[in-house]
Amino acid sequence: MTRRRDRSAALIAGLICVGLIIAIALVSLLYQPYDPSDTSGGRLVAPSLAHWAGTDQLGRDLLTRLMMGAQIALVAGGGSVVIGGVLGIVLGLGAAFATRWLDDTLSAVLDILIAFPTLLLAMLVIAAQGASLGSAVLAIGLAMSAIVARLVRILAKRVLAQDYITAARTSGSSWPSIIGHHILPNIWPTVLVSLAIQFGAAVLAEASLSYLGLGAPPPNPSWGSLLQQAQATVYTAPLGAIAPGILLVLLVVGMNLLADGLRDVGDPTQRRRA
Amino acid sequence: MAVYLLRRLVFLLVSLLLASAVLFALLRLLPGDPANALLSVGATAEQIEAARQSIGSDLPLGQQFVAWLGHIFTLDLGTSFISGVPVGPDIASRLVVTIPLTLISFVLAVLIAVPVGYVAARRSHRWYGMTLSGVSQFGLAVPIFWIGILLISFFALTLRALPAGGFPRQDWADPLDAIRSLTLPVITITIVMTASITRYVRSATLDVLGSDYLRTARSLGASFRQAMWHHGLRNASVPVVAILGIELATTFLGAVVVESVFALPGLGNMLLTGIAQHDYPVIQGVLLVSTFLVLIVGFIADVVQRLIDPRLRGNMTGQRAAVVR
Repeated sequence: MTRRRDRSAALIAGLICVGLIIAIALVSLLYQPYDPSDTSGGRLVAPSLAHWAGTDQLGRDLLTRLMMGAQIALVAGGGSVVIGGVLGIVLGLGAAFATRWLDDTLSAVLDILIAFPTLLLAMLVIAAQGASLGSAVLAIGLAMSAIVARLVRILAKRVLAQDYITAARTSGSSWPSIIGHHILPNIWPTVLVSLAIQFGAAVLAEASLSYLGLGAPPPNPSWGSLLQQAQATVYTAPLGAIAPGILLVLLVVGMNLLADGLRDVGDPTQRRRA
Repeated sequence: MAVYLLRRLVFLLVSLLLASAVLFALLRLLPGDPANALLSVGATAEQIEAARQSIGSDLPLGQQFVAWLGHIFTLDLGTSFISGVPVGPDIASRLVVTIPLTLISFVLAVLIAVPVGYVAARRSHRWYGMTLSGVSQFGLAVPIFWIGILLISFFALTLRALPAGGFPRQDWADPLDAIRSLTLPVITITIVMTASITRYVRSATLDVLGSDYLRTARSLGASFRQAMWHHGLRNASVPVVAILGIELATTFLGAVVVESVFALPGLGNMLLTGIAQHDYPVIQGVLLVSTFLVLIVGFIADVVQRLIDPRLRGNMTGQRAAVVR
């Protein structure tokens, strides 16, 4: 992954993977092969022309549920990234501008938050709020905000130490205008790459929670809960236990490749070997 | 070092206290009394009253928090609402499954990841170097429970070589039986953790391979082996040790999920049952113990990292996670 060509190849491959999942989700908004709660298909029917991916143990069309799962995965990833991104950028900028004492305190709190595992935090929120997609997204987003805040704080401090910030200050620019004109444009590429990777991690975290029965309650067709249901019948109906996993991997690998590609596009001066 | 140790210890204590406070606060966010959650599992009014008294939720919040801290210090985590079993000893008996599962997987993952990551970096332009790094990239994107399911369907259901789940009732009385039960779960976690650690080893090795000091050592006549041994290893190990603390915590979380895949009676399953039954003392106890374990591991990793690399002055904690996990 040294050369620019490899990077743009990663970007294109990532766009294809993620685009495919987005396309599936969009199609499922407009058209579903079957009603997702329609159980008339017969239990565990093998793939056929009527049911391309077969049916699950309740007789629901698997293809329909897989397609709806794309919506949930994207909402989980997108929701967490929005919460984590907005909160993290605000907190990180705050810490970068804060006084020494406040900055130290904020950094220590962020360190503790980051040490606190996301999955445990999510279980805590879910134990208090009840299992739902909202609880899961909230918890993942909160955990993510600490990581983003730490990154933004370091990046923003680096920019603030530059001479052109002093120049902008002496020529009368206000802090909000400096944030808008100098800090955000400078840190944005790196933050975006981080958010793309977090997106994939958030999708995996939501799938784990749903697998454990702590995501959106049934009949929610999250890929995680599809895998949980399919586990009991993996021997007789293997497709149900394979397809959701492949889609999950496709989305997460896609986001990681996208992040890899964005790293170069967003910042041509940065040539990393890793 | 002594000053650092002291400061880091204070930081650990503050984190433990803060974590306890957050845990307490979040669980008390439950609308109404935590004991009321029992209504949904069909408890009678007397049972709820007894539960309320046993956790002291009829007291003012401040008193409750002090009492909760007191209980933590005396290692008294209360008794389960549902089974009436004391939570502390129950957790201890679950750790007999969870801790071996976590540690064995972790040690295996490190033992595999270090040479694999090294080769992936040293031969990064050969096909097998690229393949190794590609596979590890891929391993990061695979949900851990899915690997478990696939392993079950192949080794347990198709080959019938290993049990698909469960753990011997008499724990480790028959070690061979216990090991057989843990084999597939350990492989599952090891696969994911190896992928993750390999990436860090690879990038740390790449940094060292491209460093000026290594080139200087070589130009002064040291063989590659000598230069790597005297200068490379220690430098490469710093970032790796830094993330090992986090990776161990992640392995522990992986164990929580994988226990569910293989129906192992560990901490993870205890927590899930607790959440499903609204068993407040169980949820509180398991989350507290897990959080403390994670924070203490972080402390140990930071201290070790400091021992290896004296340059890390002014940094309280080492490198932390870059993604949610």
